[in-house]
Amino acid sequence: MSTTTAERAATPPAEAAPSRVKALLAVPTLGPLGALLLACLYFSFASDRFLTGGNMSLILQQVMVVGTLAVGQSAVILTAGIDLSNGASMAFGSLVMTKLAVSGGVPAWLAILAGIATCAAIGAVNGSLVTLMKLPPFIVTLGMLNIAMALTHITSKEQTVTGLPDLLTKLGDTFPLGQTRVTYGSVLMLVLFAVAWYVLRHTAAGRHLYALGDNPDAVRLAGVNVRRQLIGVYTVAGVLYGIAALLLVARTGVGDPQAGQTDNLDSITAVVLGGISLFGGRGSIVGALYGALLVGVIRNGLQLTGVDSVYQILITGILVILAVGVDQIARRRRK
Amino acid sequence: MSTETPLSTETALSTEIPRPVLEGRGLVKRYGHVTALDGCDFELLPGEILAVIGDNGAGKSSLIKALSGALIPDSGQLLLDGEPVRFHGPADARRAGIETVYQDLAVAPALDIASNLFLGREIRRKGVFGSVFRLVDKPRMQSDAAKHMADLKIGIRSMGQAVETLSGGQRQGVAVARAAAFARHVVIMDEPTAALGVKETGMVLDLIRRVRDNGLPVVVISHDMPAVFEIADRVHVQRLGRRVAILRPSETDMAEAVAIMTGAAPGNLAAA
Repeated sequence: MSTTTAERAATPPAEAAPSRVKALLAVPTLGPLGALLLACLYFSFASDRFLTGGNMSLILQQVMVVGTLAVGQSAVILTAGIDLSNGASMAFGSLVMTKLAVSGGVPAWLAILAGIATCAAIGAVNGSLVTLMKLPPFIVTLGMLNIAMALTHITSKEQTVTGLPDLLTKLGDTFPLGQTRVTYGSVLMLVLFAVAWYVLRHTAAGRHLYALGDNPDAVRLAGVNVRRQLIGVYTVAGVLYGIAALLLVARTGVGDPQAGQTDNLDSITAVVLGGISLFGGRGSIVGALYGALLVGVIRNGLQLTGVDSVYQILITGILVILAVGVDQIARRRRK
Repeated sequence: MSTETPLSTETALSTEIPRPVLEGRGLVKRYGHVTALDGCDFELLPGEILAVIGDNGAGKSSLIKALSGALIPDSGQLLLDGEPVRFHGPADARRAGIETVYQDLAVAPALDIASNLFLGREIRRKGVFGSVFRLVDKPRMQSDAAKHMADLKIGIRSMGQAVETLSGGQRQGVAVARAAAFARHVVIMDEPTAALGVKETGMVLDLIRRVRDNGLPVVVISHDMPAVFEIADRVHVQRLGRRVAILRPSETDMAEAVAIMTGAAPGNLAAA
């Protein structure tokens, strides 16, 4: 081949560097953060009790269970999956913990581990069905939602478990921070978000998880064991739901078979409001934290301003549809 | 070595053939009653661009899959640098130094260029950050990626930009750069110019030449006849699961190639 042909079709000029403004707008967590700050701003004018250390701590405490669920949910959704069973799985895990500790004669720490392991096992089953049987995540986890819910009712016999050992409610305890007191559980949630952010952003496994939701064929052809990776994601998400179960127990002080019934949808709401694409591969876990806090702030703020709780649900619903709409429009633009 | 190969009986190109980098002998692959490969031979010589052409159903993709480890032949032999090899999956072929650029499947659009280049082969930080905390070395991957892209004269400045922001030709460039960066023996490209415009096709063809000029032989499967005739050093014509001809673009034309491909004209190789 002659070099003249090579020069004829010379490489086109380098891409113009994207402008600062454009780069800033491309930060996916900017929208959720803006919405969160706007909501805070509004409620701090609407109620003088909103912007107090005590109330902020309360919001964190109200958010910690759904927030922790949202960490696992984010991982699953980033792979282009969805987990409808996480609330029910958490409820079952909390029943396993409390039952074993109270009437099973099992040491509290072992009961906690058993509860977390139960949730991890449920996650592993979900992941295996999705990966090996190639069933849609929506259907698998919908089925698992019912199974976990039924197991909860069977094991609890509709009885709330009370008289828990201290260790199970330890995460509900508080420590002083300036003028206010903060629960250990809300700190744990923030730590989990930080760890998840690190893993997703800065490890090979995290990069693969993003790529998996983006183009699974590319990941497979790059020599990554896609099956193991995907089952791993659902299992780790299960561990997180198990930790959420412990937080739930710590917050309520009992093992409640009725708990967590809408938490699956709340966790999806948080993830979607946080700007993580339901189609996988795009978004930041930090956004999911903003999303969870946004839901928490709206509920708390409307409560403080005396709005009926029905409207809290209404507004959350509208926000979710808006968030998905924005994601969908962004997707079409890229095409 | 030519005494053992079926090639020795052939008239074309039988003289002064250096040892093939990659060679297939009598490859057979059947799917039920369908015979995709029917005793197919193949060889790729050092420093060449070999195009594989053939009509639909001629066994082109089966041949390429066999070479890249995506398919295990029922019988026949594969030799890499003269040594017999067996691939049980694409990972085996990759480990042996054969990289494949798959059509449309190669990249994750939302990830940046460096992440795509090192997908599945991430470099970790040295020390405890890498071994305990599994921290990937982004600055190093970005600078290495920039070097690999520059080796092929792909003019993209930022390795941190998402692949979806690139044009089709540039995306293909990322996939080719990845293959060239990690291949030690062979780069295989499946339809590298499909769905590209004229200018972009020219750009990708230049890339393929640069890969060869940097020392790696390239196998290109393509429907794009003008492209094939522009870049190939030799053309392997596949028909009915076999290689029926080896052509040199300088000694033939597209009409003849198409005639052989469709069976309207006989090939220049004796039936095995």
